[in-house]
Amino acid sequence: MHDGAMKYIDEFRDGELARRLARTIAAEADPAREYRLMEFCGGHTHAIYRYGVQDLMPANLRFVHGPGCPVCVLPISRIDQAIAMAVEHGVTLCTYGDLMRVPASERMSLLKSKAGGADIRMIYSTQDALAIARAKAGRQVVLFAIGFETTTPPTAVALKVARAEGLGNFSVFCNHVLTPPALKTILSSAGPDGVQLDGILGPSHVSTIIGSRPYDFVPAAFGKPVVIAGFEPLDVMQSTLMLIRQINQRCCSVENQYTRAVTRDGNRKAQALMAEVFAPRDSFEWRGLGHLPHSALRIADAYADLDAELRFPVVPGQGKEIKGCECPSVLRGVMEPTDCKLFGTVCTPENPMGACMVSSEGACAAYWSYGRFRKPKPAAEAAVA
Amino acid sequence: MCLAIPARILELDQGSEQAVVSLGGVRKPVSLALVDDAAVGDYVLVHVGYALNKVSPEEAERTLALIRAAGDLDAAEFATDRTGGG
Amino acid sequence: MGAPDRSRPRYAGQLDLRHGAVDMSHGSGGRAMAQLIDELFRRHLGNALLAQGNDQALFRPPAGRLAVSTDGHVISPLFFPGGDIGCLAVHGTINDVVMCGAQPLYLAAGFILEEGLPLAELARIVESMAAACNDARVPVITGDTKVVERGKGDGCFITTTGVGVVADGIDISGDRARPGDAILVSGSIGDHGVAILSQRENLGFETEIRSDTAALHDLVAAMIEAVPEIHCLRDPTRGGLASTLNELAQQSGVGMQIREQAIPVRPEVAAACELLGLDPLNVANEGKLIAICPAKHAQRLLAVMRAHPKARDAAIIGEVFEDPLHFVQMETAFGGNRIVDWLAGEQLPRIC
Repeated sequence: MHDGAMKYIDEFRDGELARRLARTIAAEADPAREYRLMEFCGGHTHAIYRYGVQDLMPANLRFVHGPGCPVCVLPISRIDQAIAMAVEHGVTLCTYGDLMRVPASERMSLLKSKAGGADIRMIYSTQDALAIARAKAGRQVVLFAIGFETTTPPTAVALKVARAEGLGNFSVFCNHVLTPPALKTILSSAGPDGVQLDGILGPSHVSTIIGSRPYDFVPAAFGKPVVIAGFEPLDVMQSTLMLIRQINQRCCSVENQYTRAVTRDGNRKAQALMAEVFAPRDSFEWRGLGHLPHSALRIADAYADLDAELRFPVVPGQGKEIKGCECPSVLRGVMEPTDCKLFGTVCTPENPMGACMVSSEGACAAYWSYGRFRKPKPAAEAAVA
Repeated sequence: MCLAIPARILELDQGSEQAVVSLGGVRKPVSLALVDDAAVGDYVLVHVGYALNKVSPEEAERTLALIRAAGDLDAAEFATDRTGGG
Repeated sequence: MGAPDRSRPRYAGQLDLRHGAVDMSHGSGGRAMAQLIDELFRRHLGNALLAQGNDQALFRPPAGRLAVSTDGHVISPLFFPGGDIGCLAVHGTINDVVMCGAQPLYLAAGFILEEGLPLAELARIVESMAAACNDARVPVITGDTKVVERGKGDGCFITTTGVGVVADGIDISGDRARPGDAILVSGSIGDHGVAILSQRENLGFETEIRSDTAALHDLVAAMIEAVPEIHCLRDPTRGGLASTLNELAQQSGVGMQIREQAIPVRPEVAAACELLGLDPLNVANEGKLIAICPAKHAQRLLAVMRAHPKARDAAIIGEVFEDPLHFVQMETAFGGNRIVDWLAGEQLPRIC
């Protein structure tokens, strides 16, 4: 589209390199078997669909969507709680754009609640929430914090800054979740009745923070290879090739394709910050995966005065899924969006029933937006792939 | 995971841990609170207004070279390897 | 000197354009409102029909079919790089009128002003409208002004209604796209939306990108003269190229296949969209159009467009084909294929 002004982005979207890699992948994929690769991270789901990477893969290779979409795995009851904070306690609730349209209970959402008069603001950065708190000294400002380990350090910074500045009207509603436990749950349930997997494409930016070391358990305990994959479509393809090679050679280890941003140790500074302001929760509910032990973070005791859950207690509701919504199964990789009866009938982006359709990384949204109809390839093209 | 984009540091202020980065001519302020030793000219990954990590130009080049090499390999070579290795 | 101008009452003093602000009296129908209209609106937008000072403007309908379009403009901020609500209101409605092949004739403009709007800003807006009208030679011939209380309007809302005339023999409509037709776009996409977003403080990015707001009547006239067989014209405003192509596909009952590499996008627009997690295909344009014409005329149409200053970067971006599901598909720069969907709601910057 444009003349390549974005370094470290454009080079990794090169169509010519993609075609050549596609040929190599097709040549090395063993036609006698299937390859089922879980792309754990919602960002990868999005990239695969947006660039049409699946079209460049051989027919016996399938990407399975994982639960690495923090919007999708946030339980409805947590959104209900956030809405209640805004409505019952009259706080100014600061949220990332991704959450605005996610359906909560009783057909509510943050966007609808805002339309109904609640003070809900969309922010791009935790710094925006701090700025709002400084500007509105008389109001209570709550940061609705979500995300995996990529988005957690920015919340940690906000907590420290708020403490340092004595921002008494600022607090955080913490819903940060951890990647390795989710991965473990998926792999534990893998098998004939669960999702079938041959390898994992590891998340790009979570890994820049946590490093590659935390994935060692995957080959060790589950015998599956992991390749930590960069964010761009060429990264995804190269990582796919690396997984195919491991699978073919029956070896399994943790490989890092995203070496330009991921190291074995990760970002120590960010890790230290997180360790200071957060503590592990014994258990946390994940939409679709149930209650997972040690899978999420709460605010550490030393920072309890900045914990919105303590400052604004809200009775957590049941959080009702809409009947027929199969988000939980889609998140676990056991169902495709099209297997859900609501997909495309009742559940569309205009009228989403579950988070998988609202979040731009959700498998249902990605499939609807990008992959809903595939033009049948003429015979000549199919032979090349 | 999550949208993080590489951008180049144009200016920085160590004291306030703030920097201005540029991506394709668009300038944006970001926080350097999560990164040590950043310098003007470095590329960093930007996510929700923060620099997460530096991007290594050497590794980026190496990765691209590997991708190019993987695309250059003769398909026939691997047909033999596969049946051999089993 | 001529006969005394009886349509003009005399006022105690002049409007204080530098320090004054709109207040409720300006909308009450009394002297204050008359003065506002005289010294601000009529002075700048001035033309014979407006000067008559009636509640309506009379004109003889020209030969041909009349085209009418109306649009409310509620943009915020009122002033942005490359334009303002005033010229936007003129360009936008002229464009809507000409997309059926009409020659634009007149505009009507209704203003809803918020109490407290500085008169200096209102003056800027009206002057900008006047300049846009003069450039396009499409005058505002009648108008209305109301004032709402502070807090009940975003400074200024403008509704413009446009009238144009379509010559016989021209048949340009959203339902006329046919399999085999070529799809063209008149220039780079996403400029306007990015220019607006760059003014939102909490997104905090700086860019040189300016809105592309422009009246396209002269471009359309040149296009129709060269290729009267154009099937469809539409300007991709809110919702961007994606929404407009989908609308046309639905209306015409066809599918479309476009090529990402062919779509012009300025590097800065692409970069801003990357940073915010937006897709340029979904970002608004205010000075661009989509044209669909029979394939055999595509090159000629492209040449005519590129020769025009408002379409230097015009490009053929795809084809129409038969598709019972009416999808718009895109061959990505990467080589894969994907659907180009239209937005469910407003595109929001995302973290994931």
